[in-house]
Amino acid sequence: MNEVQQYDAIVVGGGPAGLTAGIYLSRARVKTLILNEGTLGGQMILTHEIANYPGVESINGFQLANIMKKQAKSFGCDLLANINIASMSLGDDIKTITLSDGKSFSAPAVILSPGGRPRTLGVPGEGKFKGRGISYCATCDGDFFTDKEIVVVGGGNSALEEAVSLTKYASKVTIVHQFDHFQAFEHAIEEAKKHPKISFIMESTISAFHGENGLESVDILNLKTNAVTPFKTDGVFIFIGYVANTENLKGMVALNDWGEIVVNSDLETNLPGVFAAGDCIAKRYRQVTTAVGEGTVAALAASNYLHRRKQSHS
Amino acid sequence: MLYTNLKHIETAAQLEKAISDNENVMVVCGRMGPMCIPVYGIAEDIEDEYKHVQFFDMEFDNPEAVVIRRLPEVRGFMGIPFTIYYKNGKVVKATSSIQTKEQVTTILNKEFGAPANKKTL
Repeated sequence: MNEVQQYDAIVVGGGPAGLTAGIYLSRARVKTLILNEGTLGGQMILTHEIANYPGVESINGFQLANIMKKQAKSFGCDLLANINIASMSLGDDIKTITLSDGKSFSAPAVILSPGGRPRTLGVPGEGKFKGRGISYCATCDGDFFTDKEIVVVGGGNSALEEAVSLTKYASKVTIVHQFDHFQAFEHAIEEAKKHPKISFIMESTISAFHGENGLESVDILNLKTNAVTPFKTDGVFIFIGYVANTENLKGMVALNDWGEIVVNSDLETNLPGVFAAGDCIAKRYRQVTTAVGEGTVAALAASNYLHRRKQSHS
Repeated sequence: MLYTNLKHIETAAQLEKAISDNENVMVVCGRMGPMCIPVYGIAEDIEDEYKHVQFFDMEFDNPEAVVIRRLPEVRGFMGIPFTIYYKNGKVVKATSSIQTKEQVTTILNKEFGAPANKKTL
């Protein structure tokens, strides 16, 4: 049996919230480990340009993630990326996390920041055509659709801004949105509405993807009438928000109806010594800056918890 | 230029040599972009574990990458990175767009075999 490595705090997730928590905790001489199931940086590395991070005029998300990672390391934080968590025990005074390779780690404080991932439509054909006509990144895959007709699904800022940016390549962009209005900022709506290459299909969604080797058409379901209309398209870009990566926390910490972790203003969960920060928590705004702020609060609250615990044990 | 810790392939001749000199090869052909970076990261992280596989990257926009972009196995791919798995010089699997570590290791285990010292719970 493998030895359990002891830490003061374990941060589950290495996006901006988790890395910030790691920076604060390690700088406060709290022995800290960050465990991350994917590449360190979280959703931040999926952003080509971050222009609203105060103090930095403009930076690539990957670069910002690398700086945060370097900072955390320089203060002595241990980082393990691309691991698979097999089990977590968070209910006791000492919490234990075991990886699929058998390694185990324990600590009296845990900060959960597993982040979120792009929401998928979950309809027939979506898995088959990912990377073969369905994309979740306009900057990455836009040029594959030069002079082609495409569909953008969604009605928030990402959907409308990416639809406009895709007009650089596509000959026609059709935005399909489930409501009769958009949730984006007014300037984004205006820009999309006045663009000659963009048209709209409202109160509708895609109910199936069709094609042989690549995507050839979709079924568009009118949510008001339930009518399904086949629609020829060369590609579909999906921007319908994010879901919290909290599946393996069900039954362990309190989650809301959307699977987001419920926290108080100190970012404490319902379990003593367990905190949460970033896109996994119930909140309205999901930005790098809000994640960084929450990482700070969670780290300070965890430090305070460790201090109080130490006093009560002495 | 790809800023990864993987071995870089810059020419078609280097790719040819890599796949003829090594039995098992994985090449991630992409850009420094959001869908590609996670796949490079996975390859970097598993490189030490999968000692029987050689891991490389190649810049998608390098004209020499045409040897990958024109493979019949990538016809219909419309998302980077293109990740190609070669066994004894032949393409045995190709994937498009971002992948998870589990998806990558499933392919490696199936096509090239699991690492000898692989621990399981």
